Amino acid sequence: MVSTYRLGLCSSFWVFLLSFCSTSPALAQESPYFVAYDHYLEEPGNLEIEYFSTVGTQRGGNSFHAYWAEFEYGATAWWTTEFYLDGQTTFNDSTVFTGFRWENRFRPLKREHFINPILYVEYENKNGADKIFKEGEGHDVESDFLVSNAEARREHIHEIELKLILSSTFKGWNFTQNTLAAKDLSNSPWEFGYALGASRPLALKASAKRCNLCPQNFVAGVEMYGGLGDRHSFGLHDTSHYLAPVLGWNLPSGWTLRISPGFGLNHNSHQFLMRWGVSREITGFGSMVSRLFGGRQ
Amino acid sequence: MKAFGAALAVCVLLLAVSVVLGQSQNSDKSSASPTPKYDPAIYAELQKAPQKARERSNPLENDPNAAAAGAVLFEQHCAECHGKSAEGSRKAPSLRAPEVQNATPGALFWLLTNGVVRKKMPVWSKLPEPQRWQLVRYLKSLSVSVPVAESPAAKP
Repeated sequence: MVSTYRLGLCSSFWVFLLSFCSTSPALAQESPYFVAYDHYLEEPGNLEIEYFSTVGTQRGGNSFHAYWAEFEYGATAWWTTEFYLDGQTTFNDSTVFTGFRWENRFRPLKREHFINPILYVEYENKNGADKIFKEGEGHDVESDFLVSNAEARREHIHEIELKLILSSTFKGWNFTQNTLAAKDLSNSPWEFGYALGASRPLALKASAKRCNLCPQNFVAGVEMYGGLGDRHSFGLHDTSHYLAPVLGWNLPSGWTLRISPGFGLNHNSHQFLMRWGVSREITGFGSMVSRLFGGRQ
Repeated sequence: MKAFGAALAVCVLLLAVSVVLGQSQNSDKSSASPTPKYDPAIYAELQKAPQKARERSNPLENDPNAAAAGAVLFEQHCAECHGKSAEGSRKAPSLRAPEVQNATPGALFWLLTNGVVRKKMPVWSKLPEPQRWQLVRYLKSLSVSVPVAESPAAKP
């Protein structure tokens, strides 16, 4: 297990080395959310490399540190594709690789509207030890996480997840509502969940100087997410819900830092989740790769 | 470990496919030209701005810092495609062209807000409204320069 942990650290190191070596950073204008999505896609040809952590407390069991790396690429102005690698360390237990995800977001409408829909399709290949809390769904509750890693990882999950993202920007505020439906490709019922978010930059006007600590570089907000049961028992009973303030800091060098303390809202939820993340946007990644293979762009 | 290796391999493959698909969609047949081509049709999107949007005036027109702030925003968000001096590149047209410089601030604001999603230009409503007006103020402060017209002989 120690070697797996080293492998995780090694992977993180390479992710960041790749980020540092990039020569074309851009000021990322990223949302501060960890769970909710807004309607803004990655700019075409840009690659964003992201690392996120979630530390969670566990009543009656061992607390944990879950982490994931994201590679987000703007294939076109209306299609963003992302690949995730997930893992977790449960204290006094072990470190395990928990799987991967492939996510796609599509913008069906050409223009900006008061409410902007985004269609989201994701395939997840993970095991039962997954603890990254990328979404709340079904009847997921805190006690599900009491199982040891050795036992939990025996469960293999192949899941399709669909989301309808409805997002709006009004007077600098972003409001977003995500509705989720997920289906384990084994014989399990559809499960449902939701995420809500609201955020706003601390200043709406940009400064005439390039600066790190200018208020327009900070985006603050709050998100709320949880499960809505499944096809057989839709509703709020036996579900977990979280409320989490979020803060994002977009640096002119292309880095974005995010932090979010999350609080469980009922007895089925973890009492506290602490999340943070760091990401770096590489502009013109598509062109770089294209040139590498003899392309003209 | 096998699963981890497989996941990494799939990751690289998917990214490669996305890059190839994205680039093939974004590629321009005449992009071999070392200088950006001038194609008036590319500016036609500006004409699609509704009358009401076109008539909006820039609330930061008299803000002495607006153009300077817009220049910083341009460097951070737009220069990658439109060139450092907005002269255009293989990826995106010149913003010093008469079509852009003669457009009303409202039309430019409308285009920034809505993007031209089917033609690579992203939606920029993620920038707060005052920042979009600062960008418009910067664009309108640029001098007009007519890009070199595409020679008919150069066409395939």
